[in-house]
Amino acid sequence: MLQIVLAVALSPLLPVVIQRVKALFAGRQGPPWLQGYFDLWKLLRKGGTYSRTTTWVFRAGPLVNFACLLVALLILPLGGLPAVVSFDGDWILLAYMLALGRFCMVVAALDTGSSFEGMGASREVQFAVFTEPALLLGLAALARETGMMSLSGMYGELALTGEVPFRILLSAGMFILYLAENCRIPVDDPATHLELTMIHEVMVLDHGAVDFGLIQWGGALKLWVVGALWSGLLPLGALRHPLALLLAGLGGLLGLAVLTGVVESVMARLRLLRMPQLLVGAGMMCALSLLLTFR
Amino acid sequence: MQDWMGNVLIALILTDLLLLGSSQLRNAIRLMAVQGFVLGLLPWLAHGKLTGAALLMGATSAVLKGGVFPALLRWASREIHVRREIEPLVGYIPSLLIGLGVLTGAFVAGARLTLPWASPSPLLIPTGLFTAWTGLFLIMARRKALTQVLGYIVLENGIFILGMVVVEAMPLLVELGVLLDVFAGVFVMGILVFHINREFSHIDVDQLDALREETL
Repeated sequence: MLQIVLAVALSPLLPVVIQRVKALFAGRQGPPWLQGYFDLWKLLRKGGTYSRTTTWVFRAGPLVNFACLLVALLILPLGGLPAVVSFDGDWILLAYMLALGRFCMVVAALDTGSSFEGMGASREVQFAVFTEPALLLGLAALARETGMMSLSGMYGELALTGEVPFRILLSAGMFILYLAENCRIPVDDPATHLELTMIHEVMVLDHGAVDFGLIQWGGALKLWVVGALWSGLLPLGALRHPLALLLAGLGGLLGLAVLTGVVESVMARLRLLRMPQLLVGAGMMCALSLLLTFR
Repeated sequence: MQDWMGNVLIALILTDLLLLGSSQLRNAIRLMAVQGFVLGLLPWLAHGKLTGAALLMGATSAVLKGGVFPALLRWASREIHVRREIEPLVGYIPSLLIGLGVLTGAFVAGARLTLPWASPSPLLIPTGLFTAWTGLFLIMARRKALTQVLGYIVLENGIFILGMVVVEAMPLLVELGVLLDVFAGVFVMGILVFHINREFSHIDVDQLDALREETL
């Protein structure tokens, strides 16, 4: 249970870590460490304004997305620690939870009837076409390598066994997935100011107050969820104590956030046309790691 | 040692996939150089120990495919001002997807194929088949003559990898002879491409089947 509380409480730190790393690269100071909480506190107290053209779908979007991520947290092991709930095939549920959350956000964006948001929604699902098979292939590779069918089992077993090239390939693929799923730089620029070039940000333009707070919080949780899928691939076999495992998991998430900040600082966004190539590349690496388990 | 061999072979598969997806000619040449260099390690790893024959074969291959061929191709691409492959017959993403399918097939074939000798690594046959196929595919699916020369070298790399299975049985002379043939071939092709470019001011092989008078 501790993991979920930790995830909900600590996840707003992750985007701030990324921003501070970027600020460090640019020679600025960056936002205070608790900025994420300040923003959430401000947004959650505000009263919402809703356009008359929107329906309940618009309000449901961020809520369902947030709930989906909470469910994903339930079945997600962190750094080798088993998840709260674990059953055979829960990795498929995880993939579907991420997809359902995305679907609801897209539908909410379409519900506003704004052409900009429709464009953003279209791009979001266009890239999802590439990321979802890659995620499923990657998790299938994990299941095949470890012979386990639940996420906790898979990551627990991988900490003990797991070959080096398999780990490297899968974590490289998963890292690109992490950047794509969380709309970070080579795929989407979270700090952009031009609607034409936005993907995720343009979808949430019409959301305000509590809804927007939930979106921000959900975005931070997603960093946590997909990040935990990645940091579980780190070789932590030597660690035994649960507390050490937990700290290693948290450290992995933090390190991943720093790495994301570095990537965002040294890279420019890819052109939209080149994006499928990158994402197919990520899928290739996941597929190759799956193939390697068949030898 | 087994593990190292596997790692090297996985690296070779990755370079194949990257070659299928790279549009910049310079990157493709660099990838080919890396592949040729890594290939030089294989005879050593396959033998399990550093024999004179393995060292000679590996060093020749690494120097030729990792140094001479890339330099030659780089010179040709600079001389004839070809930077990138434009409009390949099969796009990059379809190439990658087809490549994945073939790679799967190569793994299946590698598991089924019975060999007279024990293979040094279970990955060897799939990697060899896939590399040879990549070369063949580059020759078929790209328009520029330079990329096709590159595909020819990659095809030879694949045959070299497959040859590692019989590394105990194959005489050193045969392998060195093949390398020499390839060297001569690439040399001739490099010069040929240069002359085609001088004559027609492009190296688009699709247009070479029309007579010059017709195109003018």
